[in-house]
Amino acid sequence: MIVFEQVSVVYDGATEPVLQGVDLTVEEGELALVVGHTGVGKSTLLGAVNGLVPHFTGGTLYGRVTVDGRDTAAHPPRELADVVGVVGQDPLDGFVTDTVEEELAYAMEQLAVAPAVMRKRVEETLDLLGLADLRHRALYELSGGQQQRVAIGSVLTAHPRVLVLDEPTSALDPTAAEEVLSAVTRLVHDLGVTVLLAEHRLERVVQYADRVIHLPGGGRVESGVPAEVFRTSAIAPPVVELGRAAGWEPLPLSIRDARRSAAPLRERLRGAEVPAVRPPAERPRPVLLTARGVSVAYQGVPAVREVGLELRGGEVTALMGRNGSGKSSLLWALQGSGPRRAGRVRVVAGAEGGTADPRELPAAGARRLVGLVPQTPTDLLYRESVKEELEQADADAAVPGAESGGPSAREILDRLAPGIPDAIHPRDLSEGQKLALVLAVQLSAAPGVLLLDEPTRGLDYTAKAQLIGIVDALAAEGRAVVVSTHDVEFAARAADRVVVMAEGDIVADGPTSEVITASPVFAPQVAKVLAPLPYLTTGQVSAVLDGGGSA
Amino acid sequence: MSRTTPATPSTTAAPDARGRRLPRQLHPVAWWIWALALATAVSRTNNPLLLFLVLAVLGFVVTARRTEAPWARGFRYYLWLALAVVAVRVVFRAVFATGTTPTDHFLFALPRIPTPDWYAGIRLGGPVSLEALLSAATDGLRLACMLCCIGAANTLANPKRALRVLPGALYELGVAVTVSLSVAPQLVQSVQRVHRARRLRAGRSKGLRALRGIVVPVLEDALERSLRLAAAMDSRGYGRAGTVTARSRRVTGVLMLSGMCGLCAGAYGLLDATAPAPLGFPALGAGALLCVAGLRLGGRRVTRTSYRPDPWRAAEWAVAGCGVVSAVVLFAGTGFDAADLNPSIYPLGWPALPPVPAAAILLAGAAGLAAPPPRAHRPAPVPDHHRTTRDRG
Repeated sequence: MIVFEQVSVVYDGATEPVLQGVDLTVEEGELALVVGHTGVGKSTLLGAVNGLVPHFTGGTLYGRVTVDGRDTAAHPPRELADVVGVVGQDPLDGFVTDTVEEELAYAMEQLAVAPAVMRKRVEETLDLLGLADLRHRALYELSGGQQQRVAIGSVLTAHPRVLVLDEPTSALDPTAAEEVLSAVTRLVHDLGVTVLLAEHRLERVVQYADRVIHLPGGGRVESGVPAEVFRTSAIAPPVVELGRAAGWEPLPLSIRDARRSAAPLRERLRGAEVPAVRPPAERPRPVLLTARGVSVAYQGVPAVREVGLELRGGEVTALMGRNGSGKSSLLWALQGSGPRRAGRVRVVAGAEGGTADPRELPAAGARRLVGLVPQTPTDLLYRESVKEELEQADADAAVPGAESGGPSAREILDRLAPGIPDAIHPRDLSEGQKLALVLAVQLSAAPGVLLLDEPTRGLDYTAKAQLIGIVDALAAEGRAVVVSTHDVEFAARAADRVVVMAEGDIVADGPTSEVITASPVFAPQVAKVLAPLPYLTTGQVSAVLDGGGSA
Repeated sequence: MSRTTPATPSTTAAPDARGRRLPRQLHPVAWWIWALALATAVSRTNNPLLLFLVLAVLGFVVTARRTEAPWARGFRYYLWLALAVVAVRVVFRAVFATGTTPTDHFLFALPRIPTPDWYAGIRLGGPVSLEALLSAATDGLRLACMLCCIGAANTLANPKRALRVLPGALYELGVAVTVSLSVAPQLVQSVQRVHRARRLRAGRSKGLRALRGIVVPVLEDALERSLRLAAAMDSRGYGRAGTVTARSRRVTGVLMLSGMCGLCAGAYGLLDATAPAPLGFPALGAGALLCVAGLRLGGRRVTRTSYRPDPWRAAEWAVAGCGVVSAVVLFAGTGFDAADLNPSIYPLGWPALPPVPAAAILLAGAAGLAAPPPRAHRPAPVPDHHRTTRDRG
């Protein structure tokens, strides 16, 4: 269905090709999963399928890409619209019309499909993706998962043979992501559509994949069945890592498979002492922030209801809960920049133990107490280079009349993410680097409490591992760190404590191991495989296995 | 179900109890013709009674036939805008104190502000007369009425849907407008987000620097978003049929431009009573002809279909007709004294309500009855008789 023959792609002005000598065949009806770190050319590979690369993006493509027998060199993307459907990361970016029904019909109108056929296909697609109740709704009123399903439906109506999905769930919460991915797998199974899917959250899709296309870097591409590719690939979901650590054969890809092979391992681990994921506190942790009865309401609709929270220095707290449960509102209210309807927040200011309410301070004072990295970190960046941003940060952070004592923003950045050059434009950094830059800017004010609003969104495994390192270091410096996240695997590895919110209330608050293993739905993969043993990460298991081997 | 009285489900449970017509959306162009015709009629009169009658008619039709869609919630804002127009007009007349004659009824006097010599033509402050304020108010009211006509059209017909009826040659224009309409709210959102985020960084810069802190991220965001939108549209087949040769594109452009000029000149000639006679209908006709030719030529090679096109049926004819008749009556000036349309305020007197124009404007209001009821936004609940029949069976 999709054939790459000796394909190389070089972008204008780049010295290294993004893809080099790629030979690849994806058969009809396969679900092919594209995995690789950010920046290895996943998007380029996907874009080449429908000719967006190079027709739209520029650059030069050597070799030949054929889809359903059509050469993309001779067919620009619009001429391939009836064969390839493309769905991007943020569904709102691709919407042209404003209601569900019209959006579904848009591609067919462009392809001049007869009105009677159009009507029929729209009805079929509404049913197929469970959108019938939403047909007259405005697109912006829908939830993220519904929007993404509409985006998939809007390319499906053209009856493409190939569906290309570039990280379709990276902007969604776990429920919405589940909704979208189950729709995709149904398409593969019911319609035999060939699907090419790039996805960071491998744990959700790896069990459905027929083929894995792995981009290890350097423009190379490896393709094979999942159990083979994951044996050696640098990125793998936790269940695969556990399988590798335990030496299971064949490599399990789903919780079910792993659980069936795990009985001996559970037996072996039963007597062992469970190592802690995170080092326990050596001395009592001081309370840095106390919130009492904090409420936030937008136009009368409550977003946070009378929440009480204590944050301790040296502790990493993961704030979890579905979209709209009030996580962001709470973080903004704690920082003092967001609205707060009622309640009080006291933050320890200075070494003497005096406290202050960040809302009552000017912005510059508030950020010296509590730093917040918003959901879209780039909102804070507006200079032309990394160097300018960092200098600006130092200038903003300097206390007028006082000697600057803390490290400069550049030093902080080098500690968080070494090797970001001065001259580069902040927009050209990778997601992880942008996050590090914004963190450095916020840390230059040396706040004792640091709040991160969904920093894991759009990060790949490597970037997440780096973020865990950064968060660790910040906590080790004695700061209180709060990370709001949907990613339970991240919370399992990074957090000492998990706070779960629902409808503006805190519904659970306790040590990570207790909160996230309390329900099977919520637990990380390793916990699901090894339940009832209280293991959270592969690291813990390897530690016991290695230790047990030497003793 | 133990119902003793024989139920008449077909009339009690139907979504539209007022008539047998099925709810549907009227063709957007019908609403626009109606509203523009009414606005044209309004442009002819200065009579406050007639103008208030027009406002009442607009209010009735809008409340009777608007949907619950997002764009249908905006009529209120047009009314506020109309009020603002009248207020601004009156205030300006009072401040600049023009148009008074010695025989006026003076109400009060504003302090006189001396103006430099080179500014001698304009007076600031001074006595304010009732006549000046009244004429300003009626002038403002006329403009406000026209604004409300446009507002009513926007409320009753989805403006984007109205663009879909553009002929093939103008399709790209329609898409551009549609996209920019949806980008505007996103831009507002983006500005709010960045503005909120700025406090987090607590930049001390003021003025231009501060503005840059907002403008740069918002624009970068908008640019990236539009690139992604362009890529998405390209992948979905937009512009697939756009194989028009450069020559035919040029010819189309020339035809359209000259046609538009003709239309403008014609409209001016018709609306302004003092314009020379040959500027009216001939220019309008020639302009229309050129435009049609241009559209035909441009649309010849476009192959595109339209999903669920709005039908043009009797109701559409009736609604458009109601509006056009009222405009024609006010322009023709037969059956009533033309002076009644623009009653003089010298001497001051209560204006008379001319019966024929009033009837014409009321006829425009009949559009509210002629149009089919709008479709309910949400699916109607299961009608009662469905359940009863199933229970019986």
